[in-house]
Amino acid sequence: MAERVGIEVSIALADAVKAADADIIAAYPITPQTHIVEHLAELVANGELDAEYIPVESEHSAMSACLGSAAAGARTFTATAGQGLELMHEVLFVASAMRLPIVMAVANRAVSSPLSVWGDHSDIMASRDVGWIQIFVENGQEAVDNTVCAFRIAEDRKVLLPVMVNLDGFHLSHMIEPILVPQREDVAAFLPPNNYPLPLHPAKPVAMGDFAPPFIYTEAKWAQEVNLNNSYQSIVNIWQEFGDKYGRYYQPVETYRTEGAKTLLLTMGSFSETAMTTIDNLRAKGELVGLIRIRLWRPFPFEALRKAVEGIENLLILDRAISMGGPGGPVASEVKAALYNQAQRPRIVSFVAGLGGRDITPQGFEDIIMQGIQIAHKGSANEYEIYGVRE
Amino acid sequence: MPKPDNELTWRDLEIGAIVTDSGNASSYRTGDWRSQKPEYNFERCIKCGLCSIYCPEACIVKNDKGYFEADLYYCKGCGICARECPTKVITMVEEKE
Repeated sequence: MAERVGIEVSIALADAVKAADADIIAAYPITPQTHIVEHLAELVANGELDAEYIPVESEHSAMSACLGSAAAGARTFTATAGQGLELMHEVLFVASAMRLPIVMAVANRAVSSPLSVWGDHSDIMASRDVGWIQIFVENGQEAVDNTVCAFRIAEDRKVLLPVMVNLDGFHLSHMIEPILVPQREDVAAFLPPNNYPLPLHPAKPVAMGDFAPPFIYTEAKWAQEVNLNNSYQSIVNIWQEFGDKYGRYYQPVETYRTEGAKTLLLTMGSFSETAMTTIDNLRAKGELVGLIRIRLWRPFPFEALRKAVEGIENLLILDRAISMGGPGGPVASEVKAALYNQAQRPRIVSFVAGLGGRDITPQGFEDIIMQGIQIAHKGSANEYEIYGVRE
Repeated sequence: MPKPDNELTWRDLEIGAIVTDSGNASSYRTGDWRSQKPEYNFERCIKCGLCSIYCPEACIVKNDKGYFEADLYYCKGCGICARECPTKVITMVEEKE
């Protein structure tokens, strides 16, 4: 691959889309996704990327245009964040149910009101159930690599599903990092041309997203669910192949310093890297702590998660979103459900922190871990703990 | 399709439940949605065809005597033909079947 350069993550991600030779980009700009689509618009305008850039009037239209584009067999990309993701919500279901291989970067952002352009996971957690493959990345290199992998996964004959690459707004989208930006030739060897099996074509008419009365809707939904779950193995295989080719390996659940750990912190997204610093600090003090990160959020990695927490005493889960009036953190809620029927399972403490762009410092992670261990032993009257709120 | 639609399993469906055989909407019976059906007094009919033009189901065609008549396999019983008919040929009556 190319040389390592200092580059803004959003720009590098757009360059990865260029390297993947996307045919159609339909997008509406919204902070903190703006630089991704702005750069893509430039690349198309100056001729560096031979693609159609459709400057739509809303995110609902962006995703609708992507449906048509992917249905015609074009390699299709879009990006959004926060309210934009909410505005395209209903169309997200259509993309997955019609099995259209669209790739979308989501620069995760808080949702209004009050107005916040800063990062958290409230946007994506409201779109958990849309049937897309959902990947979380932790740094710029991962964002770039997984954008390339996302096209390969989405267009795989066994998969044929839309894929979201989630990167934290600002904390990741606006960072300047040293990144190996892939070039067209590198990617071409990994990503074959898109070959959608049933494209819209006048010579062979098909009807997509048709009407399904009660006698067939359940069958259609079950076929979709089986397909999404079966995509798991294809995703693992594609990440393996990517690793063998480029030396950077990705897995549905990743761990950091979990050997001999009694307590694990579970995170998702870019905050994992700060958490690693804290794990290092606590390990140096002799605390038996480690980190576990969910990279693949959908399809949910049940078995890999259960294996990763085997023999662990305490599992502390950080969420950057609240399921209002419900169990608190969506990630904690799902992890608890995944472990409920296990004969041996850790004590689980759920934390919500880092909302609307608020940093969690290495000291903050230390507080969360030490408090969490205490609560795990003594118990708490709360469904979940909110960290850092001023009383 | 080899099987009747209501015997298809999830494995029988094309990816994304895409329908690959065109023109099959015509096999979909919408007539059983009906709670009223049209009755005709063709003595008053002037064969103007307005009912056929207004029919949202496009299911009114000429019968062998040249009168316009709804195909009850598709007719949903909306009654627009009865309302639009200038010579009041059509009366909507309760569907008893």
